[in-house]
Amino acid sequence: MDLSLAPNAIAMSAQEFLAWSKDVMDQLLTASGAKKAVDKITAPIWSWALRNANYPLHFGVACCALEMAAASGSRFDAERLGMIYRSSPRQTDVLLINGWVTAKLRPDLRRLYEQMAEPRWVVAMGECAISGGPWYDSYNVVQGVDTFIPVDIYIPGCPVRPEAMIDGFMKLHKKIHKEMKGTFLED
Amino acid sequence: MAQRAGLAAGGKTGEIVAKELIDRFPEYVKITKVTHNRVFAMVDKVGLLNVAKFMKDALDFDHITAVSGVDWLEEKKMWAVYHITSYSNRVTAEMIVELPRDKPEVDSVTPLWGGANWHERETYDMFGIIFIGHPRLERILTPEGTDYFPYRKDFVGGRRV
Repeated sequence: MDLSLAPNAIAMSAQEFLAWSKDVMDQLLTASGAKKAVDKITAPIWSWALRNANYPLHFGVACCALEMAAASGSRFDAERLGMIYRSSPRQTDVLLINGWVTAKLRPDLRRLYEQMAEPRWVVAMGECAISGGPWYDSYNVVQGVDTFIPVDIYIPGCPVRPEAMIDGFMKLHKKIHKEMKGTFLED
Repeated sequence: MAQRAGLAAGGKTGEIVAKELIDRFPEYVKITKVTHNRVFAMVDKVGLLNVAKFMKDALDFDHITAVSGVDWLEEKKMWAVYHITSYSNRVTAEMIVELPRDKPEVDSVTPLWGGANWHERETYDMFGIIFIGHPRLERILTPEGTDYFPYRKDFVGGRRV
C-alpha cells in the first residue's frame, strides 16, 4: 500500500489512478483481514453455486461428443446436475475436451481456454483427450491435452459412457467443494 | 445383366467411354479394365489435362469424386489417382497418373472441376504431390510449416507432436 502517493492522485492518468486505487483497496482488505473473512463467509455459497451451475463449453471434437449429446438427452438428463452447454467460452466454467486434439487444433483450443473466465476447470474425456488414445504415435495427434493446458478431471473410456461422464462431473463437484473458493477466489 | 433403370437415352456405358477415350488419345491412355459402369485407365502425365477436358466436355464426366495418391517406394514412383464420375452415364472412371518419386508434379484439374480443390490440397499435404496450376496449394490438414509428408512410405511415425 503506497498511500504516500495520495497527494499525486490528481495528477495521475485515469489508468494509473484505477490501478493505484485498486491496489490500495486490495491491500487494505488483505491487511485488515476483511478479505479472508469475506472469502470464508461466501465460500460455501460460492461453492454450492459453482457446483450446481457448471456450464461446459459446447465444443464437440470427436466421437465422445456423441456421448456428451446423449448425456444431455432425456435418458441421462445432465441438465438436472447443472450442466448446460453454452456456445461461448465467455459464458462457461468447464472446458470439456472430448476427442483427439490435432496439432492444428492445439493453438485454437489453448485460446478457447484462455478466453474462459476464472474460475474454470478442464475435463479430459476419453482416451484421446487423455493420452492420444489409438493415435498416440500419429503424425498429427497431440499426446494428451495436459501437454498444453492443465486438466482437472480425467474420464477414461473409449468412448466414455454418459454415466461415466456424469460421474466425472460429480468428481469435479467434489473438487470444487474441496477448493472452497470465496468471492475473491483466494484460499 | 438387368436393365439399368433411369439411363438417359444415348447414355454411354463404360465400354463406350473406354473406346472413345482410346480412339481419341491412343498415345496417352491405356485402359486396364472395363465393366459396364467402371473404367480403369492409366493416363500419361503429359496428356492428363487434355484427357480430362475431353472427358468433361464430350463424355459428360461432371463430378470428381476423389483425388488421392499412392506411394511406391521401391519402384521409385508415385501415383495420382482420380475418380471421375458421370451422373448422366452412371460411369465412374479411375484415372491413374504415374509420376517419378523424386519429382512428383502433375497438372491440376481444379480449373475443370472445382471439387478437386481440397482433394488436391490433401494429396499434396499427405504425399507431397505438386499440382501445377492449383489456385492455392497449401497445407490443409496439418499446420502451416509442417516439413514432412506423413503418407509417404519412408515417413517414420511415433514422433512427439
